[in-house]
Amino acid sequence: MADSSYDVIVIGAGVSGCAVARELSRLEVDACVVEREEDVCCGTSKANSAIVHAGFDARTGSAMARLNVAGARMMPGLCEELGVDFKQVGSLVVCTSEESRPGLRELLDRGAANGVEGLRIIERAELLELEPNVSDEAVAALWAPTAGIVNPFQLTVALAECACVNGVEFRFNEKVEDIRRAPEGRWAVRTDKGVLEARVVVNAAGVYADELHNMVAAPEDRMDIVPRRGQYYVLDTAADGYVRHTVFALPTKLGKGVLVTPTTAGNVLVGPTAEDIADKEGVDTTAEGIAEVRAKSAVTMKDVPFQHCVRTFSGLRAHRAGHDFVIGEVDGAPGFVDCAAIESPGLSSAPAIGKTVADIVSSLLVHPAKKPYWQGSRKRIPDVEHMSLDEWAALIQRRPDYGRVVCRCRHVTEGQIVDAVRAPLGARSLDAVKRRTEAGMGRCQAGFCTPKVMEILEREVAGLTMAGVTKMGSGSEVVVGHTRQVGRGEAQ
Amino acid sequence: MSVDYDVVVIGGGPAGLSAAAAARANGAGRVLVIERDDELGGILNQCIHNGFGLITFKEGLTGPEYAARYEELARQAGVEFKLGAMVVDVSAGRVVTCVSGEHGMERLSAGAVVLAMGCRERPAGALAVPGFRPAGVYTAGTAQRLVNIEGLMPGREVVILGSGDIGLIMARRMTLEGAHVACVAELMPYSGGLKRNIVQCLEDFGIPLLLSHTVTRIEGEKRVEAVTLSEVDGRGRPVPGTEVTYPCDTLLLSVGLLPENELSRAAGVELSGVTRGPVVDESLETSVPGVFACGNVLHVHDLVDYVTQEASIAGERAARFAKGEEAEHARRVGIVGTGGVRYTVPQSVDPGRMPEKLTVRFRVSGVYENRAVEVRAGEKRLVRKRRPILVPGEMEEFVLRRDDLEACGDVPEIVVSLEEA
Repeated sequence: MADSSYDVIVIGAGVSGCAVARELSRLEVDACVVEREEDVCCGTSKANSAIVHAGFDARTGSAMARLNVAGARMMPGLCEELGVDFKQVGSLVVCTSEESRPGLRELLDRGAANGVEGLRIIERAELLELEPNVSDEAVAALWAPTAGIVNPFQLTVALAECACVNGVEFRFNEKVEDIRRAPEGRWAVRTDKGVLEARVVVNAAGVYADELHNMVAAPEDRMDIVPRRGQYYVLDTAADGYVRHTVFALPTKLGKGVLVTPTTAGNVLVGPTAEDIADKEGVDTTAEGIAEVRAKSAVTMKDVPFQHCVRTFSGLRAHRAGHDFVIGEVDGAPGFVDCAAIESPGLSSAPAIGKTVADIVSSLLVHPAKKPYWQGSRKRIPDVEHMSLDEWAALIQRRPDYGRVVCRCRHVTEGQIVDAVRAPLGARSLDAVKRRTEAGMGRCQAGFCTPKVMEILEREVAGLTMAGVTKMGSGSEVVVGHTRQVGRGEAQ
Repeated sequence: MSVDYDVVVIGGGPAGLSAAAAARANGAGRVLVIERDDELGGILNQCIHNGFGLITFKEGLTGPEYAARYEELARQAGVEFKLGAMVVDVSAGRVVTCVSGEHGMERLSAGAVVLAMGCRERPAGALAVPGFRPAGVYTAGTAQRLVNIEGLMPGREVVILGSGDIGLIMARRMTLEGAHVACVAELMPYSGGLKRNIVQCLEDFGIPLLLSHTVTRIEGEKRVEAVTLSEVDGRGRPVPGTEVTYPCDTLLLSVGLLPENELSRAAGVELSGVTRGPVVDESLETSVPGVFACGNVLHVHDLVDYVTQEASIAGERAARFAKGEEAEHARRVGIVGTGGVRYTVPQSVDPGRMPEKLTVRFRVSGVYENRAVEVRAGEKRLVRKRRPILVPGEMEEFVLRRDDLEACGDVPEIVVSLEEA
């Protein structure tokens, strides 16, 4: 007997799962998203290059190529609609030797075949104008004007919020343990909280998608996903302006380089490495990895301002041999839809993946009707750091809490944090607040704002005390308790 | 031209309060202190240990007590305050823009501006320590606020990286609150903190100080579970094979303080690559006329007594500037540190504007025993003072006399160095 019953269950609240959920929310279906973490955007979606690839990398004819190009086309409009930071800055693949020039041509031809518009090979003089800090060795580059940068936290949160206000249920802190056939062609999804049933299950579980797939697929159709770790440096906004476009290194015999890119928030990202590891939770950094990033960055860019480093991090790509997205109903498991092996360019492809998967689900549910009213747009949390002082002043008139600066490095105000907590699927942890507002992403890395954000969470979230506030969900409590517990009359 | 305030002081910590009181005492009309917190006192409010004010008041006050003395001084002098207000811009023309919930956005013109924003701690992320990024990694100052202001315990089993003063103070504080501090690891072969803190906060509590060590791994996906320490070689690189893993739930960092000069930069103030604070002259005036700097935003101090002393000079000179009584610079003599002298503040002096005696503060770049501090202008030796020991954690000073400097004639610079005693 199921504890809850749905038409469709999406497993995983990363950018793919949330994109699928938003598309499904257009339809008269009973849908939920199950996520083992406490918030959306806790896996691969939060730890990547935050770029929108133009689409010249993937093999022509692959799902990856098709969805990347389509996703990149959809991204500007989607971000506009959802109030998500996006900039079409364009990308450069920098070639540093005459011998490797044919590689640029190869990318250009592949990009053209994939349908990427505006690709052009530029010579050193033009390259220098676009990117003054490019390496002295750079001879030419592939210029892709349709590439961009996007805030992946905002995008995932916005997709999820939109799905939520349109009726999709989100079940956080719930881990899927088993999936079996249920009577009448339905699926029974057993979690650590109970059993959920649905006609259709969407497997958007990131690096764990193989485990879910293998629960339902035939033995000869096993999937194997390898966590491919990528380590990065984050440079403070003090480095803003150092790089203007996403700069890739042209892959050579010596391997794939690292990228150097601005972010929508004004930081600079440098990375990633590509290490196949065994641990699906292995988001640790290593001395060798970050040293490699540092060394490789010098191939394309000179004097990368690493003195402005505020953080290093690792993310895991859900890599599968064959290197293509796996999207579609699993053979012999009707109603079980994979949205798996979504590695780079997964973020770029997300808008198109959401649409494609939702179309598959819709036909499996025999084309449910569209909702008569659907709220597709979302009002963003105002970002005082990037508005004019006059606009900010006007905002404080309406909302005095927008005049109280909590995060001094990024000028994040109490109003923004309150709004992030009160939003649909509102923030409940320090990291959730950080993803939605950037409080704590600055130079002091939350040194000053941590106690203040804890106070706001205590005030705004029923039942939450400062001592119970977590960094990223249960088990990551910021503190271990009160001082002088005896004096407070509390049991240790 | 009329201004909203004669002197606007940015920051209501000990530097800002002292500067504001001095500005009023020296004849400035309206003096305003803008403080982003809801209380005056700055970081001293969370420094509840004693030992402040031994020089100024000849007694060992707590941080809040020391701050209260200067708050009282400023109040009695007739200083005005704006609390809960964050300055978001300072223009070279001395227009200060601040926001607050109460008054919204305000643009205030000032006859003179005193920068007194203090400093921040270097965060864990800046060190790129390998491993995970769980809860339980805090700067010592954040932990200090959690314990002393919020009444919350950051952890039970603690390793501290960096032997800056706040780290040493927190080693003792956490111990007194019932936590166990396994050790304090320091990358350098010497401590960055005051000797008295090493004795009173570590040695008195049996907490080991591991010099030439650093953290090379943080374990724990959600909360810190262990950290690994390694010895480092002469260039600060971890030595393979020396790893020791400490099970713990907390890693506190005290690995350096950085002056908070984002506003100074916005105002176009020239900053020093060494102090990371403004370059100032004998009046503590920055490269932007009428903009002064003092306290930890100028350079990181060891004792708050020196902060308030320095700030009163900035306040006095700001008042003089605002009243239009400051002479134009006739010439600037650079003050240059060399041979172990890492920097000096001020970095230049105008013999025509300096007081009869000017205190110049400096820090050294390593541990030096039995040296003499020598100050030379051209051929002439202005100061020679023997010091049995000089360490980077403690500020040094010497006094420059106007008569001596004027007797040197037209020298371009003064050179400060450490010589054999």
